[in-house]
Amino acid sequence: MATTALTSEAKGLEFRRLLTDERSRGIIFQLAVALGLLAFIIFIVANTLANLEKAGLEPGYGFLNDPAFFDINQRLIEYTSQSTFGRALVVGFLNTILVSSLGIIAAALIGFSAGVLRLSNNWILSRLVTTYVEFTRNVPVLLQIIFWWAILTGLPKVRDSLSIGDALFLNNRGLRMPAPILEQGFGWVFAAFIVGVVATIVIAKWAKRRQDQTGQTAPMLWIGLGLIIGLPVIVHFIIGQPLSWDIPERTRFNFAGGFNVTPELIALWFALSTYTGAFISENVRAGIMAVSKGQSEAAFALGLRPNQTMRLIVIPQALRVIIPPTTSQFLNLTKNSSLAIAIGYQDLVSIGGTILNQSGQALEVVGIWMAVYLSLSLLTSAFMNWYNNKIALVER
Amino acid sequence: MKFTAITGAVAAVAAMWIAGGAAGGAHAATLDDVKAAGEVKCGINTGLPGFAFTDDKGNWTGFDVAYCKALAAAVFGDPGKVKYVNLTGKNRFPALASGEIDVLSRNTTWTFSRDVDLGFTFIGVSYYDGQGFIGRTALGAKSAKELDGASVCIQTGTTTELNLADYFRSNNIKYEPVPIETNEEARKAYEAERCDVYTTDASGLAATKSTFPDAENHMVFPEIVSKEPLGPLVRQGDDQWADIARWTLNALINAEELGLTQANVDKMAVKGNNPEVNRMLGSEGSLGEMLGLSKTWAVAVIKSEGNYSEIFERYLGKDTPLGLARGQNALYKDGGILYAPPMR
Repeated sequence: MATTALTSEAKGLEFRRLLTDERSRGIIFQLAVALGLLAFIIFIVANTLANLEKAGLEPGYGFLNDPAFFDINQRLIEYTSQSTFGRALVVGFLNTILVSSLGIIAAALIGFSAGVLRLSNNWILSRLVTTYVEFTRNVPVLLQIIFWWAILTGLPKVRDSLSIGDALFLNNRGLRMPAPILEQGFGWVFAAFIVGVVATIVIAKWAKRRQDQTGQTAPMLWIGLGLIIGLPVIVHFIIGQPLSWDIPERTRFNFAGGFNVTPELIALWFALSTYTGAFISENVRAGIMAVSKGQSEAAFALGLRPNQTMRLIVIPQALRVIIPPTTSQFLNLTKNSSLAIAIGYQDLVSIGGTILNQSGQALEVVGIWMAVYLSLSLLTSAFMNWYNNKIALVER
Repeated sequence: MKFTAITGAVAAVAAMWIAGGAAGGAHAATLDDVKAAGEVKCGINTGLPGFAFTDDKGNWTGFDVAYCKALAAAVFGDPGKVKYVNLTGKNRFPALASGEIDVLSRNTTWTFSRDVDLGFTFIGVSYYDGQGFIGRTALGAKSAKELDGASVCIQTGTTTELNLADYFRSNNIKYEPVPIETNEEARKAYEAERCDVYTTDASGLAATKSTFPDAENHMVFPEIVSKEPLGPLVRQGDDQWADIARWTLNALINAEELGLTQANVDKMAVKGNNPEVNRMLGSEGSLGEMLGLSKTWAVAVIKSEGNYSEIFERYLGKDTPLGLARGQNALYKDGGILYAPPMR
């Protein structure tokens, strides 16, 4: 009896040593956690599959090839109710991209201007901007989306549309404007545009080198505008105006022709860009205030004018503080665009929801949603990280 | 010692997960779940006059709600034992598939793909409907075929969305769809003239029109562009529960045919000389037990809100703001197509 008790005690001791030893303990616990996690994942997957089978649903993405049979009002690519679910999702995806990119551009512009203006010495201006920032930042974005939508659908009815020159019409169904019709030969105008962009880049590089060497500056703004806008316009007239306009016309119920920007798109875009812009403006303000005052004082001492000081001395240094938090704001904006569903803007989530409902493939659709937003976010992050590295302070 | 305790806890939790997985996989009968919960979880509309709306005391009531009450009465003998879950056209199916509700009674169209592909069982038709359009008389359009170029409000995730696309495509009519989540929001968008016409089931149009202060300025177009047999549905695979749901509906229809009403059902429950009534109300035979319910389940069903006709007239009929005629929904004996199999 005694001997058995002894051996088991010795075994217990050995086991305890295994646990008190730092290295083996680490391994044991990591293993336990990993196994627990694995068991959990296996359970989730098995449970899901069992439930799917019980509900008589087959997992898989084959349904994407089935015809959708519903219509979408805002299509950036060809789409009819005969197109597939997959194509419907692409249409929704492009709508998400459209409102996100418009939103990111506007939010960046609004945020940047508001951030700079809030630091302005002009009392009224800085107070106005403060009011804007504090107001939009502290009201849920969903309410702001609905607010803008309510305002836009409260615009005059179709029959009483506000119009500018009988070509641009604003009513509670959106903004209808002339659509460009590209005719034969427009490729040349486009080519001229590309040439203009390339030429501007080349000249800008040359001008910078010359400035580094001789200190002479070139009026790059005017050169760039002339090349990028002027050149295509000249080419357009030389080859006989290959661009005409499809002007909207009143019909019995609506307008025909031209293209329509729906109130849903405008409301979503306004709300997202003003909301995110307010956050970005705070990043900008923080970035500018992080640049030591000595920098601008030194710039003034060298005889630089205030706007040159801002543009050449303060902003470049502020950017490295501004960019990282602004990246997350851009990501937020993209993800917030899924609130589109509240006002019936047909984005990825809205169309995905309809598909989910018609096909019953809930897991697959949710999987696609997650994959798309994840990749969009990672792409944006990658780009912003690249830009951040590019403008990072190089110590010499 | 402490460490072993923690390891033990981790192992126990893991074991519970695995055990839980096994339990989750097992097939539980809906009736047992319902009895254990003490209430029927019934999915209804977020608000559609006549079908599912709140009365002045804030209680859910209406044609679809009456079915929920009848089902609760069949199971518990008490029409009050219902938990209402308000669902949009979009989230109703996931709610039923996931078991969040036991039965969906939300003016849902019975279609092939919903019955077969989505894994549900429709238990019958409670209302024969069809899709129509409502528009302002000021538009000057007399028919849906004149709607070329119009903006059309629709509820997303419904069959109406699909019928609309089909109908306009086959008639070569261009339109702008304005997708909206709920009937209430669609009504607001239509009132704000965000769209020229609103399309949904004809009963829904009547319901919506009844809420307009200027109802005379709106007209329902004559075209009915689809068949919309509306009815309750349950998850596929639990035949007992489907039977209970199906025969609750059939009992309401048969009650009208047999002249059983909320007022007289107690008197009729005493064995009389009509064998069909005796079987249905449990004074003869054992239909209730076959369903796994009490002998007098059908008495409770009819006592909850009356027979089909009483429910129809109370919520949808001539004396309601909706003012719908029985039409197709009259009994087969009265020129309609409502026909329930016999209770024997």
